[in-house]
Amino acid sequence: MSDAHAHSVAFVRKSEIPPAPPPAAETGAWKWMRENLFSGPFNTIMTVVGVLIVFWLLSGLIPWIVNGTWEGADIRECREITAGTTGGCFAVIAERWPQLLYGFQYPDYLRWRPSLAFALLFVAVPPALFIMFLPRWTLIATAVYPFIAYWLIWGGTILTPVVAALGVVFAYTVFHRVERYGFVPGLAAGFATAFLTWWVGGTIADEFRTFAALEAVESRAMGGFMLNMILGIICVSLSIPIGILLALGRQSRLPIVKGFCVVFIEFVRGVPLITLLFVANVVLAYFLPPESNLDLIVRVVIMITMFSSAYIAEVIRGGLAALPKGQYEAGDSLGLDYAQSMRLIILPQALKISIPGIVNVAVGLFKDTTLVSVISMFDLVGMIRGPILSSTDWVGVYWELWAFACVLFFVVCYGISQYSQWLERQLRTDHR
Amino acid sequence: MTTITDPHRAEGFRVSQLINDTRYRSYTFQFIALVCLFLAFGWLINNAINNPVLQEVGIDFGYLQAPAGYDINQQPIPYTSQDTHLRASIIGAINTLIVAFLSIVTATIFGVIAGVLRLSNNWIISKLMAVYVEIFRNIPVLIWIIIIFTVAANTFPPISEFRLPRDGSDPDRTLLLGMFAATNQGVFIPRLTFGGMGWIIAATFIASVAGVFGWRAYARKELYEKGRELPVLLPALGILFLPVIVVNLVLGGPMGLENPEMGRFRFEGGFLLRPSLIALWFALSIYTGAFIAENVRAGILAISKGQTEAAAALGLRPGRIMSLVVLPQALRVIIPPLISQYLNITKNTSLAIAVGYMDLTGTLGGITLNQTGRALECIMLLMLFYLTFSLAISAIMNVYNRSVMLKER
Repeated sequence: MSDAHAHSVAFVRKSEIPPAPPPAAETGAWKWMRENLFSGPFNTIMTVVGVLIVFWLLSGLIPWIVNGTWEGADIRECREITAGTTGGCFAVIAERWPQLLYGFQYPDYLRWRPSLAFALLFVAVPPALFIMFLPRWTLIATAVYPFIAYWLIWGGTILTPVVAALGVVFAYTVFHRVERYGFVPGLAAGFATAFLTWWVGGTIADEFRTFAALEAVESRAMGGFMLNMILGIICVSLSIPIGILLALGRQSRLPIVKGFCVVFIEFVRGVPLITLLFVANVVLAYFLPPESNLDLIVRVVIMITMFSSAYIAEVIRGGLAALPKGQYEAGDSLGLDYAQSMRLIILPQALKISIPGIVNVAVGLFKDTTLVSVISMFDLVGMIRGPILSSTDWVGVYWELWAFACVLFFVVCYGISQYSQWLERQLRTDHR
Repeated sequence: MTTITDPHRAEGFRVSQLINDTRYRSYTFQFIALVCLFLAFGWLINNAINNPVLQEVGIDFGYLQAPAGYDINQQPIPYTSQDTHLRASIIGAINTLIVAFLSIVTATIFGVIAGVLRLSNNWIISKLMAVYVEIFRNIPVLIWIIIIFTVAANTFPPISEFRLPRDGSDPDRTLLLGMFAATNQGVFIPRLTFGGMGWIIAATFIASVAGVFGWRAYARKELYEKGRELPVLLPALGILFLPVIVVNLVLGGPMGLENPEMGRFRFEGGFLLRPSLIALWFALSIYTGAFIAENVRAGILAISKGQTEAAAALGLRPGRIMSLVVLPQALRVIIPPLISQYLNITKNTSLAIAVGYMDLTGTLGGITLNQTGRALECIMLLMLFYLTFSLAISAIMNVYNRSVMLKER
């Protein structure tokens, strides 16, 4: 039949027609715009409003940056250069960047030391952050870093950081040896060793103050963004272990320990950081021996660490509570004691869950270090508000300076939060 | 942790059991912890007792009754510099609550709008909202407060530009809508005034609010018992506003707006929002709004699509799906972090001291502390205030959490 049919019609197509291209409205940029920008009247209005906002922002921002000048010794010269345009006067940053970064008291010929410490941060931190890609021995860099950084920034004899490091090393060795008799005796022996080492070593270091010494810089001289970094890094690293202890204490079945932790956490979380900084500034000295004479920076570190460890404790408590009860029972049924089951089973999982929360606290803490400017410490905000804006050379240059501060903080905080999101994806072990 | 006890081996108590037996070990630990705690506190208190400065001045709250001697620029209740430190502190506390309340309201509005818009299908809007959230979350709130204060105090025109020139020509600037004026002294806005019978209007309004709740309950009862659906929104608006308007007309209009008027040298009448209040209010709202936006977004994303589809399959209209299915579940996720953001706002109002807004930290923790030198007492009272407030809110939040918690097993 098909044969007969084939002869009766004039043309029969023997090959398939190539597919026609989709309609212009259904492809490429056009389709994307229709779906994402103009899918309805309301959406179209929103798009127009959005474009106007973007245009308004950029039309203010771009001329300010492009026409801005980085030259000029004071506000008058600067305004002459940018005369007639809306350009920014970035010369203030070019001239005052050492003050913004290091404060106005840090000796200028020693600035290479904090800079070096900052550069070494990029050697010391990656082993801890990217532990899954780097060999474990690189963690040595992280462990050694605090002591080197202390020596570089504060100066003094190298014996001080060496003794401090030795104390930690000895304590860990002793703890490791004694631990087989129990966790608590191990801990006690470790602490005893550390304090003994520090006491003996401290006496020796006092004797040889000039041995391999860098020029000492007082804490009072720290300022600028360096102070924010110092406070942020020290307080975060101190408050994580303390926070873990507080969280465990709050979960504990021992009523006295639990009560203390609850009261501490709720008290600290209930008051603003400023009041704690006031305590550091004026009240804390009453509760310490008159001869102790602690630096303001140390007192501030104590209070900020208290503050952030309470918040971290709450985050970790959330992580502990999120673990199924079976995990705790599994630890018990394996015959592990409390310390073992916490270290080997509970905490690794609980900490993994709490990473985003801990990073949030860390970012918040870093931002909160600007509050020290209220108790007249000259961090980045304090430097801008105090010495720079009140100097006659640069009176009225607000935008450029605050934009600089915003950029510095944004880069650091945004970087940390992006890292935490990446880490969360790396640690995700469920199958999605 | 559980112990394996063997009841048949009746042995005497040995001292080593205090360490090795988990039944007694907890007592040992607690005893040690208690001793350490006592030692630590004892040491601190001992230091305080022996402190030469503290020994000299002692601890005494009597200074609260002494005249304060300083002026406060924002006075919700009458105050002169002859009043006591206590009254100054109370004004500070009220100012704290004012700015906290204002910021909470606006931060919630900003946050909800930004959070919903960030999930919008519109590419440019969702990206704009993402930029807003990231920029404001990652820069310290103190910097935002100072920036906005700088803007308010330096870029707004001086009051003199609103002044009527002597030659009778028009002033450089006029009030916006005849009501608002942004000057470098602050923003002038109209003030709501009540005449002599104002309390009747206030009472009417409170009764109306109760009436709205009553109508809602009645509508729900009708729906559940008789299946009759009553409109809620329009009647509620009517109940809320009509009585007030009627009463106001009947009484001859005691309630009204008092616009700021340009006098010879300065504005008279109206209400002045000082730059410090504006900076604190706006910065806290926009900063915390960015955090609230993230909470709202997380809350909406937490509701699985199946819920919406199931509700649609049951035949519910989109508005009902939102109000009966999605929102109740999303709110359970959103409310707890929202409350803690409100607490953060309240605590962050203490940054007022950076721009000279006279809140509790500025009065009690600032000028009073500096004038009297009673640091310990002032800071204790300051902490007590914030602590009481936070704990009260936390307690309310816990009650709420329990009431909306998923009832399981």
